[in-house]
Amino acid sequence: MMLNPIKHLKTFSVIFFTSLALFSSCKNEDKLPIYGHREAVTVKNEDGTSRIDSVYQTIPDFRLLNQDSVYITNDKFKDKIYIADFFFTSCTSICPVMHRNMKAIYDKYKDNQDVMFLSHTIDFKYDKPAVLKKYAKKLGVYGDKWQFVYGPKEEVYNLAEKSYLTAVMEDSTNRDGYVHQGWLILIDKDRRMRGAYDGTDDQAIAKLIKDIPVLLAEYK
Amino acid sequence: MRRTLISAIFFLTVSCIIYSCQSTDRLQQDMYFVNGRDLYITHCQNCHGRNGEGLGELAPPLTDTVFLKENKERLAGFIKYGLEGPITVGGKVYDEKMPDEKNMADIDITQLIVYITNSFGNKQGMYSTEQVAADLKNYK
Repeated sequence: MMLNPIKHLKTFSVIFFTSLALFSSCKNEDKLPIYGHREAVTVKNEDGTSRIDSVYQTIPDFRLLNQDSVYITNDKFKDKIYIADFFFTSCTSICPVMHRNMKAIYDKYKDNQDVMFLSHTIDFKYDKPAVLKKYAKKLGVYGDKWQFVYGPKEEVYNLAEKSYLTAVMEDSTNRDGYVHQGWLILIDKDRRMRGAYDGTDDQAIAKLIKDIPVLLAEYK
Repeated sequence: MRRTLISAIFFLTVSCIIYSCQSTDRLQQDMYFVNGRDLYITHCQNCHGRNGEGLGELAPPLTDTVFLKENKERLAGFIKYGLEGPITVGGKVYDEKMPDEKNMADIDITQLIVYITNSFGNKQGMYSTEQVAADLKNYK
């Protein structure tokens, strides 16, 4: 059978462009996704016309005591991206691993003013600021780049579940007294959630380390 | 000639016996080591780290071979009953609470000890369940 060169050229080009499209769609996105609840709202433009815009879930206002017994609010994280998590100092299960990994990232971004860290304790009975301070020091964290915060149960647990979408609870059957998820949550400068990474999983941590510069690049 | 042959065979047999004994011991140690590693990952690694490096000043490293050697008879007790109060490891003071493993069987403790004392730069060889039982009895 004779091959028709014209016909085949067409077939080849179809295959070529399809695969090109497929491959390029696999490329890494330049921007990280925005997580959480979103709403469509109508906003008025300056010229009187209106358009539809989406409003993303953001971290609400908070006021919590840090390791230096100073109240901090969202202002502390103004114009910063930060990594947040929930833990408690006497935790013997996942917290040490989470903080081992977080400490490695902290060391990496030590001199970068745009990156901060925020750990909330869920042990509202024992983890007073003095305990947090001691813990931070023993972990090798000085200064205020990494904030360890303490607050009333309701406020911290609400923040965890509603804003950072991390499950935390008291559990008398657990020998440590609390159970919680080990997410490290990446928050952007507009208080939006841009990633959640299992703080005990090496691959997830590698992804987080890759995602931080991507998020920082958005603000350049 | 016959004598030489007989003695040669004799020595060969004896060395075979010794050699095979050693390899059974070695085999058992390897078995303990592998099981011990699984136990280590579940019970110890979170704080002491994958390479026994410890965690800041919160958890001491397991790389201080002198400490592990000097405290060998106390390791079983450390694991089973936990540890509280200051200890000095590698010239640094650690003062945190190590949780107990009261439900851990002697055999598991033994396997853990074999793993820890033959990893992270330590090389102490085999340990037996009988020794662990005796260590726990003497542990204060």
